[in-house]
Amino acid sequence: MTLEITDLHTHFATRAGTLRAVDGVSLSVDRGEVLGLVGESGSGKSVTGFSVIGLVDPPGRIVSGSIRFQGRELIGLKEPELRQLRGNRIAMIFQDPMMTLNPVLSIETQMVETVRAHAPVSHATARERARDALGQVGIPSPEERLAAYPHQFSGGMRQRVAIAIALLHNPDLIIADEPTTALDVTIQAQILAVVQRLARDRGTSLLWITHDLSVVAGLADRVAVMYAGRIVEAGDVDDVLDHPMHPYTKGLIGSVPSRNRRGARLAQIPGMTPSPLDRPQGCAFRTRCASSDAACAQEPPLTEPQRGRGLRCFHPAEAVA
Amino acid sequence: MSGALIELKSVSKRFGTPSGRLSRLFGQAPAPLVHAVDAVDLAIKPGEVVGLVGESGCGKSTLGRLVAGIHPPSDGTVLWRGQDRAGFDAPALKAARLGVQMIFQDPQSSLNPRLRVAEIIGEAPRVHGLIGPEGEDAYVDAQMRRAGLDPSLKRRFPHQFSGGQRQRIGIARALAVQPEMLVCDESVAALDVSIQAQIINLFLDLRAELNLTCLFISHDLGVVEHVSDRVAIMYLGRIVEQAPAEMVFSRPNHPYTQALLAEVPRLENRSTRFGAIQGELPSPLHPPTGCHFHPRCPHAMPRCRTDKPVLREIAPGQHSACHLNEMA
Repeated sequence: MTLEITDLHTHFATRAGTLRAVDGVSLSVDRGEVLGLVGESGSGKSVTGFSVIGLVDPPGRIVSGSIRFQGRELIGLKEPELRQLRGNRIAMIFQDPMMTLNPVLSIETQMVETVRAHAPVSHATARERARDALGQVGIPSPEERLAAYPHQFSGGMRQRVAIAIALLHNPDLIIADEPTTALDVTIQAQILAVVQRLARDRGTSLLWITHDLSVVAGLADRVAVMYAGRIVEAGDVDDVLDHPMHPYTKGLIGSVPSRNRRGARLAQIPGMTPSPLDRPQGCAFRTRCASSDAACAQEPPLTEPQRGRGLRCFHPAEAVA
Repeated sequence: MSGALIELKSVSKRFGTPSGRLSRLFGQAPAPLVHAVDAVDLAIKPGEVVGLVGESGCGKSTLGRLVAGIHPPSDGTVLWRGQDRAGFDAPALKAARLGVQMIFQDPQSSLNPRLRVAEIIGEAPRVHGLIGPEGEDAYVDAQMRRAGLDPSLKRRFPHQFSGGQRQRIGIARALAVQPEMLVCDESVAALDVSIQAQIINLFLDLRAELNLTCLFISHDLGVVEHVSDRVAIMYLGRIVEQAPAEMVFSRPNHPYTQALLAEVPRLENRSTRFGAIQGELPSPLHPPTGCHFHPRCPHAMPRCRTDKPVLREIAPGQHSACHLNEMA
């Protein structure tokens, strides 16, 4: 198992109270597996990713739980030990590549620096590796492009550079936080093609954080749906998308236009995501749920209705075997 | 087309000024000229929803603004109910402008943060004399209710609302002047899936209730397929294909449309092999010669590099601009 998160709680202490961004998340990613972590804004999906790579800044704090990477516990690791892993064995790709790239340094400087941070190689070797990485993500004439600065690249190309940097050390796990959300459809498809090839060829595990179920459908092996800091449903992509059991997952899928008759009203979820400071007791979805009743005021336990399937709901839709 | 509510005839929009005599005299390099919209013909009938699809930088927003009258065209004519909008006198122009309202992508930046919601929605109808001072309160309440907002919140400021609610305020504001047509520029792009569904439903309801005409601009093909009667696909300032929605999605003709549709992630498509279309959108500053799409097109022929293909009818209602259609 490449990554195993158990009962993770990441909270932010704000003036208005404790914000439980991640509130008991458990998930695992196997070697070479792509896990899609799906949720809407404020569901805690990004904070889950940040927690793994140790980028939760105060007032945020990992309160409890366990994050094991290749069997090794990451929570409680000292900063130097974390730095050994970060950018080396675990890499992250962000939505906005300008978050990763330094606007005043050339791509070469940034990439060589990254290589030499973890490998005792000469500048020339590092440069070669950087060039190869650029080539792998499909940047034309990588030799010349090394000298360029981030602003000289288009949005899609910048994201490729960010991915190339993430690839430099052949990481075992890549955490991708909405990396294609800001890109056009054709560019998104190109980026997805690169990432897909990687996971297949190198056995790199991917934690793909997104709000877009359709991307997950095409890319992921398994999917976990997050709502209000918790994973409400998880399982194989085919199982979850074809036979969703949690009312929220059902609602999300029903909201996708292509799932509805053209021009007909979409099957919408009423209301909106509750504020993380003021979540309903028990099941956080019950205020928007059609099948909620008195039982839902209690916390729904994690059940396993099918092999490899996780669910938190008292009134699940029947699974089709 | 007869009976069109609004019709663009060979409309172009260029940004940047051609260099004047003085700057040429001093040897200044000419300012770059962007052909954002290049000789576009588009007619929209009353009550019709036309989806406009394209990638960033293809000129779809500029086209929307031309329709809404925010930009004057550099070339060509915009006909409003069959009459040239450029020839309108001030009152007629005002009426025509009120007739087309726009809903923007980002309600955060299109709503004045210092105005209360009641003022945002009520100002325009008051100024244009649609309502008297005594009726304003009730009118604003009615507009808010129609857009699914609680009128008791009308003393609040935009920042006190969520993204979805702000988009509802934008819709209520646009509809408050009783337009005949809406231009929705990526109006649901920034919203979460479940909120996006709510806004699309609101839009479908309002359209049925008010018989609105609409130009629906989006890069999201799924959304466009759902709401549109007709779809126009734009690439680098030109419309490359235009047809009834079901035709575009079932029998796309232009290679660009085909590539675009192939790349759309869908819930039904599992373990997809991504990446059919190569290359990136060329800069609109230096568009390729001939057919703009030829450097990325798998079917490009020598002719595509030199001749600009014209938009012609290839099947009833389906128009496409591709040289391949003349081969058969």
